[in-house]
Amino acid sequence: MSVPRVWRRRKVLYRLEGAKCPKCGKIYFPARERCLECNTTPLEEYLFSGYGKIVTFTWVYTPPKGFKSRIPYCLAIIELEEGPRLTAQVVAVEQNDVSIGMPVEFAFRKIASEGKEGVITYGFKFRPKGYPNHAK
Amino acid sequence: MKKIAMVGVGNTKVGEWYERDLRDLTDEAIAKALSSTNIDPKEIGATFVGSMSSGLFNQQEHLSALIGPYSGVKAPALRVESACASGGNAFRVAMMALHAGYCDTALVVGVEKMTDLIDISDVTTALGTAADGEWELGAGATFPALFALMMRAHMHKYGSTLEEFASIAVKNHHNGALNPDAQFQRPISMETVMNSRVIADPLRLFDCSPISDGAAAVILTREDLAKKYTDDPIYVTGSGAGTDVIALHNRKEITTLESVRKATETAFKMAKIQPKDVGLVEVHDCFTIAEAVALEDMGFCKKGQGGKISLEGETALNSTISVNPSGGLKAKGHPVGATGIYQTIEIFHQLRNEAGKRQVTNNKIGVTQNIGGSGATCVVNVFSRGD
Amino acid sequence: MTTKREIGIVGYGVYIPRFRIKVDEIARIWGQPGELVSKSLGVFEKSVPDMDEDTATIAVEAARNAVKMASINPEEIRAVYVGSESHPYAVKPTATIVAEAIGATPDTTAADLEFACKAGTAGVQMCYGLVKSKEMKFGLAIGADCSQGRPGDALEYTASAGACALLIGDKNLVASIDHTESVTTDTPDFWRREGATYPSHGGRFTGEPAYFKHVLTAARNIMESTGTKPSDFAYCVFHEPNAKFPLATAKKLGFTKEQLAPSLVVRYIGNTYSASSMIGLAAVLDIAKPSDRILMASYGSGAGSDAFIYTVKEGIEERRKSTPHVQDYLDHKFYLDYSMYAKHRGKIKM
Repeated sequence: MSVPRVWRRRKVLYRLEGAKCPKCGKIYFPARERCLECNTTPLEEYLFSGYGKIVTFTWVYTPPKGFKSRIPYCLAIIELEEGPRLTAQVVAVEQNDVSIGMPVEFAFRKIASEGKEGVITYGFKFRPKGYPNHAK
Repeated sequence: MKKIAMVGVGNTKVGEWYERDLRDLTDEAIAKALSSTNIDPKEIGATFVGSMSSGLFNQQEHLSALIGPYSGVKAPALRVESACASGGNAFRVAMMALHAGYCDTALVVGVEKMTDLIDISDVTTALGTAADGEWELGAGATFPALFALMMRAHMHKYGSTLEEFASIAVKNHHNGALNPDAQFQRPISMETVMNSRVIADPLRLFDCSPISDGAAAVILTREDLAKKYTDDPIYVTGSGAGTDVIALHNRKEITTLESVRKATETAFKMAKIQPKDVGLVEVHDCFTIAEAVALEDMGFCKKGQGGKISLEGETALNSTISVNPSGGLKAKGHPVGATGIYQTIEIFHQLRNEAGKRQVTNNKIGVTQNIGGSGATCVVNVFSRGD
Repeated sequence: MTTKREIGIVGYGVYIPRFRIKVDEIARIWGQPGELVSKSLGVFEKSVPDMDEDTATIAVEAARNAVKMASINPEEIRAVYVGSESHPYAVKPTATIVAEAIGATPDTTAADLEFACKAGTAGVQMCYGLVKSKEMKFGLAIGADCSQGRPGDALEYTASAGACALLIGDKNLVASIDHTESVTTDTPDFWRREGATYPSHGGRFTGEPAYFKHVLTAARNIMESTGTKPSDFAYCVFHEPNAKFPLATAKKLGFTKEQLAPSLVVRYIGNTYSASSMIGLAAVLDIAKPSDRILMASYGSGAGSDAFIYTVKEGIEERRKSTPHVQDYLDHKFYLDYSMYAKHRGKIKM
């Protein structure tokens, strides 16, 4: 992905930064510039806790370009505990570990890299909540 | 409001056309459409082209100029893009132009030539651009993955089964085997579907529509001009569209497509029909789960029962409701931007009793449902004969 | 009564990837007697990063743990140093990724450090100096590596992955840094040339003139300058490229096996390079009691050793509950065979 595209999203990718409307309190993930509820702009920075649960998931065997080395990987829709949902990979799990409703937490990983010479995209993935003590 | 009439149609067989390019395919479809009716190319007032991603698939944009003139149609042309609903929306835009009086006849062409990309991950990535590029594709999502997310949620919420979904593929392959223009013309068994390799769990290879090349064209005109071009025009009696947020995770529900509900409601209201009046429908089965959800959200069955009614034979050819008599995207093939036009052409033939071995007898009304992306866009049209 | 201003660790965090490969399994590939190799190194298995993990990701994970334990506003961190010999980019800092990820940007300085296995402790000394001179409230020093050993080379048995972050400040300490000093000479015992994939090393030359000379000198010097002796310390921590070297070091200096044992995580995760002695320290801090003193000497090929004396502070038991311990990471593991290991480490040409 192009450098500006990744760069401008770095805070969202690196720290789950969203936005909160200073007027009506509505929260958004990812961050956006204008509140859709009350038209307020600009919005305040809002940091999500990084905790959530799996709404639904799949194991991907036919990936888009750049994701081949990790086949099969778990992709899930995650509902953050603050409400908003997102799509992300679930890591540090084997096939039988994942279920709908499973609590998960933020994990910092490589998302993609453009060959050996291109820029590396880092960002959020998710793993079982309480890692590495989740199984205890 | 006066109706729009469909007076001529033409399409290529869907398949892997390695030896032919975009122009070859559209020229065949346009030539067939023109010759299916007695129209002079100069009478075409406007051309509308539906194509999803010729830029990524063929390194070619500006299709509006590429294809019409090549086939001798020099009418002002416009390309419409809304992912896999590009064909359906090109058709709708043509209707709007006709209704508004900007032209008297319109040529609508849907085309996609996907096999120029030989690396499957390039195809997956190109199709993936119909999802949220930054927040879905960027996380490693693919279209099979998004529909797999929908399918697992559906199974979890409604207790639907892999067998139910597999039966949709089996049914559509059965129909495709009766369609000489279909990409796959052989019936398959439940075992074939359920034992095929996993693409995005729980979706298997035979739950998925193929990578296809194809072009399809229709000629539309105003109701009062229809008989000039054909003795047996097919009329659009209702049309609706719906748009929802692009990312699946941002929808109110993962297993319900609001765009489909909205499009159906609008189209059925305009056509003054109820779901129970419909015996013939072409739905967008890019994946088996998509057909199930389409039937549910269009009101043809209860929520959660879209796969079950297939397993029970309710959607087979000439049963309660004939769903995808063409073979659907699954067997007829899915040249993405052309799909909406292929669906329309199937209904055209069905309503005119020209569908051969797959002819549906309950054919007073025909409906098409065409979605884009993971269902953010939907176009539903209702058709009937003049009599 | 005035209390002396103390500089030290306000939070520490580690991260160790969950994958392991047994020394035995690596030995099998190269036709070596696994049990003997394992025994001579004192290493049974080593950690392996996931395919989407690298030095930057594990540095961020460790840093997040350290900041969480310290419970401070990350905007007050005015220096971020990442020491590693496996930075993902040759040019473009790892430290900026970490700084951004923990929310320390933009009012901070950041830099990548390289000094083989002691680049992390070099960062600790830099933060210590900056905080001591009141240039800043907090500085973050990280040692992190996803190290590579040439297939079939002796280093392949131990070169592993791990990260440790120490947040340095002057208030609310979990352990004070009472003193630090270093020994440095130009000794090429281990190196990797620009553009080379795998490091080279001087074989047995890495022992006496390199590791032992520097670590022993640094440890003896710091005890001499502070007037301490081995029995004054509850624990000692030395760089652990294997178990053999730190065990011999402890013995030569007059420390007991018991003083060294809690830090010897190399047996289960291998040599985490820049993180090695720091994870050893973290393992000790995970179990230490207030007022325990710890002597630590890192080692970096090339060569040098940074020695530290720490005193554990009151409240550590409560503070360390907030983050995973070294043992937690040691316990959560998933074994790879050599072919999967080769895939994880990019040793398969694609």
